[in-house]
Amino acid sequence: MALLLLKRFGFMVFTMIVVSIILFMLLETGLTGDPATRVLGNFASDEQKELWRDQQGYNQPVVLRYAKWLGHFATGDLGTSIRYKGPVKEVLLPRLWNTAILGFWTFAIMIPLSLILGVLSGMKEGSLLDRGISVFGILTTSVPEFASAVFFSALFVFGLKWLPGTSSMISGFEFKQLILPVMVLVVYDFGYVARMTRASMAEVMTSQYIRTAVLKGLPYKQVIIRHALRNALIAPFTVIMLQINWLLSGVIVVEFFFAYKGFGALILEASLNNDIALLEACAMVAVVVAVGSQTIADIGYTFLNPRIRFS
Amino acid sequence: MTSQSMSKMPSVKFGAGIWRAIKSIGLLRESWVGMMGASLVLFWVLVAVFAPWIAHFDPNASIQPFAKPGTMSSFGYTFWLGTDHMGRDLLSRIVWGSRTVLFYAPLATLSAYTVGILMGLQAGYRGGLVDDILSRISDIILSFPVLVLYIIVIATIGASGFNIVIAITFASSPGIMRIVRGLVLDLRNRDYVAAAQTRGESDWRIMLFEILPNARGPLIVDACLRLGYVIITIGVLGFLGLGLPPPDPDWGGMVNETRQMAMVFPYMTLFPCIAISSLILGFNLLADGLREISLRD
Repeated sequence: MALLLLKRFGFMVFTMIVVSIILFMLLETGLTGDPATRVLGNFASDEQKELWRDQQGYNQPVVLRYAKWLGHFATGDLGTSIRYKGPVKEVLLPRLWNTAILGFWTFAIMIPLSLILGVLSGMKEGSLLDRGISVFGILTTSVPEFASAVFFSALFVFGLKWLPGTSSMISGFEFKQLILPVMVLVVYDFGYVARMTRASMAEVMTSQYIRTAVLKGLPYKQVIIRHALRNALIAPFTVIMLQINWLLSGVIVVEFFFAYKGFGALILEASLNNDIALLEACAMVAVVVAVGSQTIADIGYTFLNPRIRFS
Repeated sequence: MTSQSMSKMPSVKFGAGIWRAIKSIGLLRESWVGMMGASLVLFWVLVAVFAPWIAHFDPNASIQPFAKPGTMSSFGYTFWLGTDHMGRDLLSRIVWGSRTVLFYAPLATLSAYTVGILMGLQAGYRGGLVDDILSRISDIILSFPVLVLYIIVIATIGASGFNIVIAITFASSPGIMRIVRGLVLDLRNRDYVAAAQTRGESDWRIMLFEILPNARGPLIVDACLRLGYVIITIGVLGFLGLGLPPPDPDWGGMVNETRQMAMVFPYMTLFPCIAISSLILGFNLLADGLREISLRD
């Protein structure tokens, strides 16, 4: 167990270092075009560019620059945002908090919904209910987030006029503004988790001990709740943790659409404005969150599954 | 080697393969979900092929701004879906946009599959160090949130159709590699592979002609799902303003351009969204139908 933890942790650190190298090469070296042109624009003169390069230390060797950059990063100095004219950290943290709120409500609704639907359809494979839920899941995952945002806006904002169309939270936090973004994210995501839960449940239902439990005369409800669910819910745990990775992509679209001041909108802004320091910080945060949740998923799975835990 | 395992050797005659493929399309009749998916996909393929005959207007021509759906134009043709803020006919843009999406999505998927299959065959068949390196690389790429990856790649190398294909290949070939690798690990110990090795066939020949054809079932299902996902990606990139450069019609880009006016002119955003959703739904239903059939026998 300790060895596994160490291994997973080692891989996590390794991934982050590799990603940081790739990021650095993409954004800060001449590999994909001159960074000075990217920051100062196409119309900057050569002297201006040279001055900028000198000031920012771009004339030093790449390896030295990378080491410095990594050192700053590790000690919490994320650099200065060009667009926001201030330390990246001060821009980033409130945005992350906003996205955490969005993510929390998305998961709070998506997890129970997808588990219930998945278990219901996995209980009796091939039944009418099962087919219905699975086609419904395919339907909802086929609609991209921006399209469902358009459909929901047309219905709830322009049609019924129940909900506000933007979620910029200008006049303080308002729960009403959170409903549409959460709805869009849940609708797009739940189908996949429900499908994985269904597969896991269906597999458990064909196992020997469920047959034994049914044959010894246990009430069907008890077979499901006491015997089947415990094992059927191990796999969905991993899937749900991995869903955090998908959510990071989803929030970009949803926050952009609803003008929500979150992390996803920030990363898009940073890349469109060539705000290199901000983009690097955002990308590293995204990778830390993604790889961190994968590590938790792996460790959690080992912990929940006794066949792996004790071997 | 027993005679029984010899008889299991696949007949790799080309004509027989095509005949079997036609027969398996016929099998789709047994799944109404698959049939619905196939008809949706077929509908859009036909629209894309016959685009010049369906669309009356030049998709980029500015004719009459803010026309409501069903308005007659001064040329005697009707704007069935209305026009956008620049006066371009929405129906023509959606019809020509289907060409864009049905060109780039299969191209990107094919390119990702070529890279993914080659990597997966190498990793699964050779094993050892090659496998370790390829698996680690794919682990790292897969651990990245996809859209963040696309945004960074497109923002640095620029938005164009070719760059979108590169970005999609980069981000999705590791997933394909994993699937292929798993299938190869299962298939490489079969008797017919041993027979080919004994005959002295080269590694590449074994990988491409003995192993790959027998792994096609799950790969075809996955390709359908992935096509749907690639269409989502192209749409999302267009929606975020990172897609194909204007003015050529692109469904995601159309939503981006007109969404500010959705309050007054909701049809401008609704129609492209319906178009892209129905095409993705088609591929996903088709994949579900194919999976159902492949599980049956």
